[in-house]
Amino acid sequence: MYDFQYHRPKSVADAVAALKKAADGKLIAGGQTLLPTLKMRLAQPTDLVDLSGVPELRGIKVEGNAVVIGAMAKHAEVSASAEVQKAIPALAMLASEIGDAQVRNMGTLGGSIANSDPAADYPAAIVGLNATIKTNERTIAADDFFKGIFTTALKEGEVIISVSFPVPEKAAYMKFDNPASRFAMVGVFVAKLAGGVRVAVTGAGPSVFRVKAMEEALAKDFSGKAVENIKVPTTGLNSDIHGSAEYRAHLVTVMAKRAADAAK
Amino acid sequence: MSEQGIGKRVVRKEDQRFLTGKGHYTDDLQRIRQTHAYFLRSPHAHAKIARIDTKAAQSAPGVVAVFTGADTAAAKVGSLICGWVVKDKHGEPHKAPPHPALAVDTVRHVGDTVAMVIAETEAQAKDAAEKIVVDYQELPAVINPAKALDKGAAQLHAEAPGNLCYDWELGDRAAVDAAFAKAAHVTKIDLVNNRLIPNAMEPRAAAAEYDAGSGQYTLWTTSQNPHVTRLVLSAFVLGIPEHKLRVIAPDVGGGFGSKIFIYAEETLLTWASAKVNRPIKWTAERNESFVSDAHGRDHVTHAELAMDKDGKFLALKVDTIANMGAYLSTFATAVPTYLYGTLLAGQYTTPAIHVNVRSVFTNTAPVDAYRGAGRPEATFVLERIVEQAAREMKIDKAELRRRNFIATDAYPYQTPVALAYDSGNYAGALKKALEMADYDGFEKRRADSKAKGKLRGIGLSAYIEACGLAPSAVVGSLGAGVGQWESAQVRFNPTGNVQVYTGSHSHGQGHETTFAQLVSTQLGVPLDQVEVIHGDTASVPFGMGTYGSRSLAVGGSAIVKACDKIIAKGKKIAAHMLEASAADIEFKNGVFSIAGTDKQVPLGGVVFSAYVPHNYPLNEVEPGMDENAFYDPANFTYPAGVHICEIEIDPDTGVSTIAKFTAVDDFGNLVNPMIVEGQVHGGIGQGIGQALLEHGVYDEKSGQLLTGSYMDYTMPRADDLPSFDVGYQVTPCPHNPLGVKGCGEAGAIAAPAAVMNAIHDALAPVGVKSIDMPATSSRVWQAIQRANTKMAAE
Ligand SMILES: Cc1cc2nc3c(=O)[nH]c(=O)nc-3n(C[C@H](O)[C@H](O)[C@H](O)COP(=O)(O)OP(=O)(O)OC[C@H]3O[C@@H](n4cnc5c(N)ncnc54)[C@H](O)[C@@H]3O)c2cc1C
Repeated sequence: MYDFQYHRPKSVADAVAALKKAADGKLIAGGQTLLPTLKMRLAQPTDLVDLSGVPELRGIKVEGNAVVIGAMAKHAEVSASAEVQKAIPALAMLASEIGDAQVRNMGTLGGSIANSDPAADYPAAIVGLNATIKTNERTIAADDFFKGIFTTALKEGEVIISVSFPVPEKAAYMKFDNPASRFAMVGVFVAKLAGGVRVAVTGAGPSVFRVKAMEEALAKDFSGKAVENIKVPTTGLNSDIHGSAEYRAHLVTVMAKRAADAAK
Repeated sequence: MSEQGIGKRVVRKEDQRFLTGKGHYTDDLQRIRQTHAYFLRSPHAHAKIARIDTKAAQSAPGVVAVFTGADTAAAKVGSLICGWVVKDKHGEPHKAPPHPALAVDTVRHVGDTVAMVIAETEAQAKDAAEKIVVDYQELPAVINPAKALDKGAAQLHAEAPGNLCYDWELGDRAAVDAAFAKAAHVTKIDLVNNRLIPNAMEPRAAAAEYDAGSGQYTLWTTSQNPHVTRLVLSAFVLGIPEHKLRVIAPDVGGGFGSKIFIYAEETLLTWASAKVNRPIKWTAERNESFVSDAHGRDHVTHAELAMDKDGKFLALKVDTIANMGAYLSTFATAVPTYLYGTLLAGQYTTPAIHVNVRSVFTNTAPVDAYRGAGRPEATFVLERIVEQAAREMKIDKAELRRRNFIATDAYPYQTPVALAYDSGNYAGALKKALEMADYDGFEKRRADSKAKGKLRGIGLSAYIEACGLAPSAVVGSLGAGVGQWESAQVRFNPTGNVQVYTGSHSHGQGHETTFAQLVSTQLGVPLDQVEVIHGDTASVPFGMGTYGSRSLAVGGSAIVKACDKIIAKGKKIAAHMLEASAADIEFKNGVFSIAGTDKQVPLGGVVFSAYVPHNYPLNEVEPGMDENAFYDPANFTYPAGVHICEIEIDPDTGVSTIAKFTAVDDFGNLVNPMIVEGQVHGGIGQGIGQALLEHGVYDEKSGQLLTGSYMDYTMPRADDLPSFDVGYQVTPCPHNPLGVKGCGEAGAIAAPAAVMNAIHDALAPVGVKSIDMPATSSRVWQAIQRANTKMAAE
């Protein structure tokens, strides 16, 4: 790890100010992605701005027909939250399946989606539930947020404040683990929302994507049967030592089917 | 007392220390004026080093010294050695290209050591290493052992033309050919034994210190055999006289073979500690471990089994290419030869066997012994082909094995591949295992699975290993550079407690408990009065260390011999004290008595008398109670058994779930059944890891290690494993005093074939003929797809 300046602001405004002042500053949330990167000397920020002392970024609350979760909410907090378990059990379940206990006790919602790992779990829920991401500058719709492998719509110095998840009629997340990392090799989030059905896939491609054919089929008949024969094209899907694009494409169908049947 | 002796499930004495963080590991050392080393490693699989510029690094903050291959070559630091000479088909020794601790003009694998930076802190050493400029000229690389012998393959060493280390054979080729000519059926199989990366919990570490006053070097290192490390560094590599080098292997967190070897890092630390005249410490980071620890397995094999019409085995022929990696590690040459070819008779009476092994160099990390070492590879070949034969011959797989087992009364049994088995009861173990696994009820379970859309399979593995390494004369005649006896010293203190020094080394095996139980039983001393000491060449008599499931069979036998000497001496002292003849003295439960009388004296009294010899037979015996023994085994030991795996596969995803895993092992007598169970569980865990999950993969073009972290290298985790059903067949070893055979490697040896046989059994009905390890869900699914397409086409 290279040396850096450490800041622990008490407000979002101070955090933004600290970032602005730094030559090459970086926010740090749970550090579960950033710290290994620093330890392996793959990044050399001049300043780290630690968000753990900012109260505005914490908390989970129900607002109308949505659950609003602070960017600094840890995976363990989301999975254990009575509000989330009641309103969107699929989201609590998703959070409980991220990494291991240590990672869940440190890693955060904001850090996960800002990082936009192609195999991360949260992006499937964000897009699957048509969530809205609130930053210090604006709100961003789920479909506009993830831009590709490790890239998002966030601008330099933009801080995620919270994410608002609409409460669905029913939803489920089915994750097929990468055997080594246990990130998602394929994760499928299906949800029946007031505005229609959504099917969001993580792990299979460079970034989360929706499967329109499955959404249409489920809109007519929300059951596993409705999607079991819908195949996604393999073009553009990830292929590595853990699984070919064909395998991942196949798993999308299997996981979508299982998610549709499990949704509640 | 009897609650703590041989055969009892005594809780491990060392666990309190380990579980409360009170262990003392190499990295815990803090020496005065200690510096830190960092090794700059090759990012390329194969490249010429045109130039190394260390100037900027030398003057970087905190830097004490920077060394490159030019420095070690100028100082005449010797090549790292391979200590086992394998003679090829023509009687020529294996090709032994030099292995410089720091690359001189060529790097041959990703992770090869290029420079050593020594600085005040680890971070400063790393900072300085970034300032070293290495001008690499990349060369083509060869990764796949099956391609290393191809014409036009990249060449690694001028000393080894065609990348061939040796072309070795064992067995009677003519007899094998004759048997194949009259066979009713021949089963053929092609197998890959996947490369594994050891991943001991504690990464390798070393610290070295030089005392300019005495000229004494001390090396702390994560070693399974500190005396062997000292011997190799003294006699072959660094030329430091043995008495001026002390090697200490303190608490070591797992080895699995990977810490037998003498690596570049500890060699360089020892050498440099005198150069800079300061202590130096280095601990591998996990990503260094991945690229620099010796890997395991990596074979490509074709095998054929000839049978008569009833399935009686007539002959076996095996052709294997074994990957040595870029350089020969310390015992690399022996693993695919004497620890592999000699095991190919398995538990069977196959009268004619021929094995041909070509070992090759590739641009990958060196490959050497890894839990089981050669024997898992042999078991995998044999047990896969036997079960394939059963399928082809439509003979029940248990029955086919029964027809070919060596009979229980046939010992000693000379196999056609050099070994003479001493004892066994293979049919007995099979019977027990089949009952425990409810083999007879399997077809019903298979039908139940099918009704749920799942594929169920059952697989057996009837393994044998040669352990208790080893009779020195035998291994010497086969090319070993060392003897393989073991040492022990049993030292009483005047107050009656005992220090037991052993040349074995515990790095997770629980010797502090098992050996204490042994002494407690032999001498009648309470367990808490026995301290087992190992791992320091300054206090322990020269010993050969721990590997090849040898510690109890060889090291334990040495302790028994030393205890026998204590008892013999004690009898003379007791005779004097009791005014009787030594011939009339009996020793039982820690008490000497005159046979047939109630006159007695406890061992403690005898010991006290030996140290305070006021009334003592000084003209007959020396004072003191401190005995040494060395034990050289008469033969290998031959643990054997049957493991059975039952698996259920979800054809939608390819995911395999182990429904039941049964192990019946014959380790001879058990000293601590709880520790044995732990060893069996761990071994099976590693075996299942190899079969389903683990795979060291290099990119065939770039030679980069694609599985260089836990993000991509799949270690087995608790939830990958079922609860194991463990049982024993006990046939005591006839040639060592404890009747023990060794249990450390059995699981890793037996399990891969059992799992893969179960997978093949499950997939046979859907037309899958062959699938390689690791049978990941992705591979299983792909295999099912290929079979479907093929069936559709047919
Ligand atoms: C062993 C292990 C297993 C894991 N398994 C999984 C898994 O199964 N599934 C999964 O989805 N993830 C997994 N993860 C990743 C984990 O969820 C991380 O916590 C997450 O990716 C990053 O969150 P963090 O809070 O640790 O962020 P950090 O590492 O602190 O930061 C990550 C990035 O986000 C930026 N950032 C952080 N907060 C904000 C914010 N409020 N606004 C803008 N930018 C911000 C940082 O600047 C940095 O670039 C695993 C991680 C580990 C170490």
